[in-house]
Amino acid sequence: MNSPSTTEHAHDDAMHAHHGSLRSYLTGFVLAAILTIIPFWLVMGHVIESRQATIIIVLALAAVQILVHMIFFLHLDTRSENGWNMLALIFTGVLVAIVLGASIWVMYNENANMMPMSPQYMHHKQGS
Amino acid sequence: MPNRSAFWNFLLGRLSMDALPLHNTIVVVTFIVVALGGAALLGVVTWKRQWGYLWTEWFTSIDHKKLGIMYMILATVMLFRGFADAIMMRAQQAIAFGDNMGYLPPHHYDQIFTAHGAIMIFFVAMAYIVGLMNYVMPMQIGARDVAFPFLNNFSFWLTVSGVLLFMVSLFIGDFSHAGWLGYPPVSELHQSPGPGVDYYIWGLQLSGLGTLLTGINFVVTILKMRAPGMSLMKMPMFTWTTLCTSGLIVVTFPILTATLLLLSLDRYIGTHFFTAALGGNVMMYINLIWIWGHPEVYILILPLFGVFSEIVSTFSGKRLFGYSSMVYATVSIMILSYLVWLHHFFTMGSGADVNSFFSLTTMMISIPTGAKIFNWLFTMYRGRVRFDVPMLWTMGFLFTFTIGGMTGVMLSVAPADFLLHNSLFLIAHFHNVIIGGVVFGIFAGINYWFPKAFGFRLDPFWGKCSFWFWQIGFWFAFGPLYILGLMGVTRRLSHFTDPSLQKWFIIAAFGAFLILLGILSFVMQIYVSIRHREKYAVGHDPWGGRTLEWQTSSPPPPYNFAFVPKVHERDAWTHMKESGYQRPLQGFNDIHMPKSTATGVVLSALGFVFGFAMVWYIWWLAAVSFVALIAYAIHHTFNYDRDYHVSADEVNRFEHAGNWATDPQEVRA
Repeated sequence: MNSPSTTEHAHDDAMHAHHGSLRSYLTGFVLAAILTIIPFWLVMGHVIESRQATIIIVLALAAVQILVHMIFFLHLDTRSENGWNMLALIFTGVLVAIVLGASIWVMYNENANMMPMSPQYMHHKQGS
Repeated sequence: MPNRSAFWNFLLGRLSMDALPLHNTIVVVTFIVVALGGAALLGVVTWKRQWGYLWTEWFTSIDHKKLGIMYMILATVMLFRGFADAIMMRAQQAIAFGDNMGYLPPHHYDQIFTAHGAIMIFFVAMAYIVGLMNYVMPMQIGARDVAFPFLNNFSFWLTVSGVLLFMVSLFIGDFSHAGWLGYPPVSELHQSPGPGVDYYIWGLQLSGLGTLLTGINFVVTILKMRAPGMSLMKMPMFTWTTLCTSGLIVVTFPILTATLLLLSLDRYIGTHFFTAALGGNVMMYINLIWIWGHPEVYILILPLFGVFSEIVSTFSGKRLFGYSSMVYATVSIMILSYLVWLHHFFTMGSGADVNSFFSLTTMMISIPTGAKIFNWLFTMYRGRVRFDVPMLWTMGFLFTFTIGGMTGVMLSVAPADFLLHNSLFLIAHFHNVIIGGVVFGIFAGINYWFPKAFGFRLDPFWGKCSFWFWQIGFWFAFGPLYILGLMGVTRRLSHFTDPSLQKWFIIAAFGAFLILLGILSFVMQIYVSIRHREKYAVGHDPWGGRTLEWQTSSPPPPYNFAFVPKVHERDAWTHMKESGYQRPLQGFNDIHMPKSTATGVVLSALGFVFGFAMVWYIWWLAAVSFVALIAYAIHHTFNYDRDYHVSADEVNRFEHAGNWATDPQEVRA
C-alpha cells in the first residue's frame, strides 16, 4: 500500500471518476429495466384505480430512474473530479427546478388569464 | 414552380430563379458590391499565392490564439454588416414621414431590423467575446492550449457556417422578418411561408452548437488546466468571468436549440407547439426563448466585466479592489440571471403575483452589478491612473453603462413597463447597456491585448478618435430614442405620420453617422498601426500587466509557455516581477502539442450544405449531407495522428527570438 505507485494510483482515483465494473453496469441495467417495467405495468394493467395516484407513482419512479442512471452509468458520486461533478449536478438541478417550476407557474397564469377558450372551442373555430 | 417537372422539383426543392431578388435594386447593388469585393479579396489571395498558407496556418489550425484572432476578424466583418443594417434603418426613419415613404419597403425594412438584431448578438457580440476568451484565457491560467483544441476549431467553423447561411439569405431568397427572436405566430408557416425564418433557424442552430461546444471547452479548460498553485481564488478576474459565462452557455444554449427545434417541427412537419390551434400556445415560445435570452445578455456582458477588471487594475497600477466580492458578484449574477426572464414579457398577462416576483429579482440583479462598479471606482481611487486608450474605453463604459443600468431598473418596475414596453425607450435602454458595456468592452479589450497578439501597439490617435466618435455618437443616436420612447413611439416602424417627431429621428441619424466615423476610425487605427508597426513595436509586457499572459513573448510562441509557470499570488505576473523573476534561457524540453486538422472545416461545410438544403426543401441533399456529416465525424475518431512535439531546439529558437525585446514601460511594474 505504501509503494509510490499505489499512492499515485490512489491519487488518480480521487481525481478521476471510476469507470465502473461489469457488476455495477449489470446492477444498473436490472434496476433500470425494473423501473421501466413497473410504470408500463401500472398504466397498461390499470392496476391502481386513481389516475392521479398512477401519475404520481410514475413520476416518482422516473426520478428514481434518473438517479440510477447517474450512479451506475454516469458514475457520479460526491468525490469524483474533486467534487466538481457533484457541484455541476446541483447547479443543473437548481436550474432545472427553476426553469420547469417557474415555467409551469408562469404558463399556468398566462393560460388562465389570457386563454379563456376551451380547447374544444378552439378546435371548433379552427375547423370553421 | 407550377411548370417545373417533378424531376427538377426533386432536384432543387423550392429553389428557383424567383428566389433571386432581381426586382430589389438595393439588394442587387449590395450583391454587386459584395461580389466585387469578394472577388477582389479572393483574387489578391490567389495572386499572392496565400491559399496554402491560410489553409495550413489558419483555417485548419487548432491553436487557441489563431482561432481567437479569426473570431475577432469574423466579428469585425459582421460588425460592418450589422452596422450597415443599422444606418439603413436610421436613414429610413429620418426621412419616412407623412407622404414620404422612405426608400425601404416595409417587407425589406422588417428583414433589416431582424438581421441587425440577430447578427449583432450572435455574430458580432458573441464572436467577439468568444474571440477574446479564446485568445486570453488559456494564457492567463498558464496553459498551452484549451482542453479540446479540435473542438475549438470546429466551434469556430460552425459559427462561420451559421454566418454564411445568414449572408446567403441576402441574395438567395429573403431573410426572416419576424424580429431577432422569431416570435410566433409571425414566424410560423402560415405567416412566413418563405425561406427567411428557415435561414434564421438553421443559421442559429449551427452557430448555437458551436457556442455550446465552446462553453464546454472553456469550462473544462479552466477547471482542469490551471497552472500549479493557481487555486480558484487566485484566478485572474477575466478567467473567472470566462468560467461563469461558459457555465451559462452550457446550461442555456440547449434551451435555444430545443426551442428553435420545436419551431422548426411546427414549420416542417406540421406540429402545433406554438400555434393557437390544437392546443398549442404561442406564449410558451416567448417563455422558452427568454429563458435562454436573458442569461444570454449576461453571457455577453460578464467577460467584458472581466476585461474592465484587468484594465482598471493594470492602468491604475494597483491590484483589483475587492477581488472576492467581485467573484461573488459574478457568481450571483450568474445564478440571478436565471430568475428574471419574465421581465421581457410583463405585459403578456401573467398577473400581478408573477410580475411582482420577476420585478423584484430584476431589481436584485442590479445589486451585484452596482458592487462591481464601486469596485472599479475604488480600484482607480488613489491609483496612478494612466489614460491610455483601453482605460478611456473603460471610463466611457463606467459612465454609459451605469446610466443604461438605471434605465433598466426603471423598466424592471412592472407597472412602468406597461407603458414603456415595445417602445423606443426599451431600444435605447438595451443599446445603452450593450454598446456601453459589451461594445466598449470589446474595443477596450482589443486595444489592451492587441500588442500581445501582434507585437505592436495600436495607434493611440485614431484609437482616441474612435472612442470619442463612439461615445458622443452613442448619445446622439440613442438619447433621442429615450425621449421618443417616453412619448410613446413604438419600435420597428418604417413610417411615421406625426411630423413633429422627425427632428428627433434626424438627431438619431446624425448619431449613427458619428458612430460610423467611430468605426472608420477603428479601421484607420488598425491600418495606421500595421503601416507603422516598427514604430509601435513593443516587448512582451507593454502596459505593466499583472497576469500571466504578459509573461509570454509578443506574439507568444505556439506553446505559450516554455515552462509551465508556478503561481503563488493572485496577480501572478506582478508577483513574479516583484520577486525578481528571471526568464530561463536554456534547459528546454520537447513540448507536446495538438496537431492541425481539416475536420472542423469539412464538418462545418457539410453542416452548411445541410442547412441550405433544409431551407430550400432539397431533401435528397439534406439526407446526403447529414449522413456525410455523421460519417466524417466517425471517420475523424480513427485519426490517431493528432499531436506533435515542438523540439527543444525549436523552443530554444523561439525563446531567443526578437519578440522578447524589453520596453521602457516594463520598468514601471
